[in-house]
Amino acid sequence: MSSSSSPSDRRLSALARHLSSPAESPVAGVSASITSSDVGSVFSHVVRAPEDPILGVTVAYNKDPSPVKLNLGVGAYRTEEGKPLVLNVVRKAEQQLVNDRSRVKEYLPIVGLAEFNKLSAKLIFGADSPAIQSNRVTTVQCLSGTGSLRVGGEFLARHYHQQIIYIPLPTWGNHPKVFTLAGLSVKTYRYYDPATRGLDFKGLMEDLGSAPSGAVVLLHACAHNPTGVDPSLQQWEQIRQLMRSKKLLPFFDSAYQGFASGSLDKDAQSVRIFVADGGECLVAQSYAKNMGLYGERVGALSIVCKTADVAGKVESQLKLVIRPMYSNPPIHGASIVAAILRDRNLYNEWTIELKAMADRIISMRHQLSDALRARGTPGDWSHIIKQIGMFTFTGLNAKQVAFMTKEYHIYMTADGRISMAGLSSRTVPHLADAIHAAVTRVV
Amino acid sequence: MAMRTAISSRILSRAALPGARSMSSWWRSVEPAPKDPILGVTEAFLADPSPDKVNVGVGAYRDDNGKPVVLECVREAERRIAGNLKMEYLPMGGSVNMVQETLKLAYGENSEFIKDKRIAAVQSLSGTGACRLFADFQKRFRPDSQIYIPVPTWANHHNIWRDAQVPQRSYHYYLPETRGLDFAALMDDVKNAPDGSFFLLHACAHNPTGVDPTEVQWREISYQFKVKGHFAFFDMAYQGFASGDPERDAKSIRIFLNDGHFIGISQSYAKNMGLYGQRVGCLSVLCEDEKQAVAVKSQLQQLARRMYSNPPLHGALIVSTILGDPDLKKLWLKEVKVMADRIIGMRTALRESLEKRGSTLSWRHITDQIGMFCYSGLTPEQVDRLTNEYHIYMTRNGRISMAGVTTGNVGYLANAIHEVTKSA
Repeated sequence: MSSSSSPSDRRLSALARHLSSPAESPVAGVSASITSSDVGSVFSHVVRAPEDPILGVTVAYNKDPSPVKLNLGVGAYRTEEGKPLVLNVVRKAEQQLVNDRSRVKEYLPIVGLAEFNKLSAKLIFGADSPAIQSNRVTTVQCLSGTGSLRVGGEFLARHYHQQIIYIPLPTWGNHPKVFTLAGLSVKTYRYYDPATRGLDFKGLMEDLGSAPSGAVVLLHACAHNPTGVDPSLQQWEQIRQLMRSKKLLPFFDSAYQGFASGSLDKDAQSVRIFVADGGECLVAQSYAKNMGLYGERVGALSIVCKTADVAGKVESQLKLVIRPMYSNPPIHGASIVAAILRDRNLYNEWTIELKAMADRIISMRHQLSDALRARGTPGDWSHIIKQIGMFTFTGLNAKQVAFMTKEYHIYMTADGRISMAGLSSRTVPHLADAIHAAVTRVV
Repeated sequence: MAMRTAISSRILSRAALPGARSMSSWWRSVEPAPKDPILGVTEAFLADPSPDKVNVGVGAYRDDNGKPVVLECVREAERRIAGNLKMEYLPMGGSVNMVQETLKLAYGENSEFIKDKRIAAVQSLSGTGACRLFADFQKRFRPDSQIYIPVPTWANHHNIWRDAQVPQRSYHYYLPETRGLDFAALMDDVKNAPDGSFFLLHACAHNPTGVDPTEVQWREISYQFKVKGHFAFFDMAYQGFASGDPERDAKSIRIFLNDGHFIGISQSYAKNMGLYGQRVGCLSVLCEDEKQAVAVKSQLQQLARRMYSNPPLHGALIVSTILGDPDLKKLWLKEVKVMADRIIGMRTALRESLEKRGSTLSWRHITDQIGMFCYSGLTPEQVDRLTNEYHIYMTRNGRISMAGVTTGNVGYLANAIHEVTKSA
């Protein structure tokens, strides 16, 4: 076949081959007329799906040739030099794994690496958690936060009596899609107040208060994505009391433990006050950001149950959800996490590296806030330092965002969210210029 | 009794602090799920203290010492990628590099379909993940379709299409009388299915029977599929592992491609690269043209995004490192052949052992069948005797994982099988 022929030439000649030779059965020698398989694919009606809004930002960024372009889209940590970071503890743990010739790569059990599961539960619930000690917690390894949410959602759709989940407004774009495909119906509760760029606590309490009894409620454990706005501890306590009185089931998404304040325990407080009251909840954990293991897809789903007996039954049902999805989870990332969490030295090193990442982000917040003040940018920008975690909800509208992309090559999601992790001391001035221009020139 | 306990615990807890203590569990009606039949076998094996125990249950390769194997090409690839500076998210469709190399294995090194970009392909969570993504895709875009599944098949196939909510039908496959292919009944089922039905085919080394159609039979099946306009979805979990030659093991797929079918393929590196726990595989769907392939791929990515966002990096790096380096690829092909040859050798040894012991039954099927599994023809009761009396572990359908057979245990295994079958 000549390499200079075009795809359509080749297609035509393939079709011609089928048409010209008598379509004979290889055995019976009976001819058949043109068959429906020559007509076309059974999937020819499939249309192209819209670009994922978050991941699409990086696609657009990559296409831009400008030397001053800035990617503030996807929430992946960057160093001060703008480089991705593999933590030292992760490197060390990986080297341990490579050097251990006795290691094999057999299938993990359906629920994943047992040691990883135990250590993950301790990490989020606290090493001395009574719930863990009474074996009331079942923890299964899943594919990062997304996988944990999906498996938890599917479990609820099959076994829980109230198949509605309330998600905050706004929330991570993938949340409603994950839960819908899991089989739950999705409703929202008020969360972000654009006027204050803070929490709409009154709205939140009203909406949860009027939710039907037993409904599931998605809570961001800390560092709310995309707003960076978290309830205070007092507000969490009020939320807890309301939810328990209405029998609302908490489903925590913990994607930033340690990354928000720099303290693993502090960032787990919201989860722990719910567990301390003896009630039940679900928790999805991710190691994507706090251990920089993004691509290895490491996470865990924990379900805190009333009794050990129930936890055992729940775990057996989780396996039935997982087996037809991917049989068992990937081993590499979980092995790294287990190696770090089980070793006191590596664990301590990790907490230091984690705090350094969190501190750098907090520093970026202060620098950006100072830069805007120095430029006399109109408006109240205090939310930049009040918000917490990887993202800032700037309050910029879609037109302003589009302007910043076009004129200043700043890439961010259209909802005005910026990833602070993508900033450095060097690039803060450029962003501040862009925001200043957008606010003063575009309404 | 349960009622009384529930009431009394409510009374006791009314005096407690406001909060959740007064509630009983949401999950009290959750039933304990049945154990997975295949994975349960290994659990039972591990719990057995007998020094004679033999595990011919789960399909993971073992060397002649009964030890799991990490291929040298994999160790070398891992050495090279350790110290990798990036652990960033892969795209939703996975590693482009890995997918390209993987398509070459299935469609052919110089496939026109790859050149013309007509294949919608995404990295998947091994074979299970590929089948599940396809089943979800099928449900979404051909909601009125159903899937024809061979009898028997890997048990999880049923779970996958059930959870995707695609109705299942079955087609004849295994003929117990011959311990071979029930070709006539298979062809009848193909002809009688409504036009445009979806069929699940095992590309090679059928699991659990080890019974594959011959090349001539594959051509017949392909022809009949054309007549009926059926869709062929191939699960290829053992390429290279069956005959030792990946090109040969892909023959069924190549026949269908040549005949102009728009097929779907699930590929897995679990067995042929020993990457079991890494969960690396690929789902591909052949389309009419590049535009359609882009559309289909984008939809597959959406489904993946809702399940796990993007696939794991490590296994994909191993595969691309190996397949992208001619020397490593050569080493891999050699190592795959060694594994396949050992299994073929054990089939011969087991059959000869049984015949030598004077068994009057026919054990031809042990060497006629191919791949990791042998459908022995043993009844569940005979399997139970093997387990209880001889500490030999296998699934109750009589499936023997040949990978668990070694020169060290083949005699013991043959003896035990002979003992439980000689009165049959």
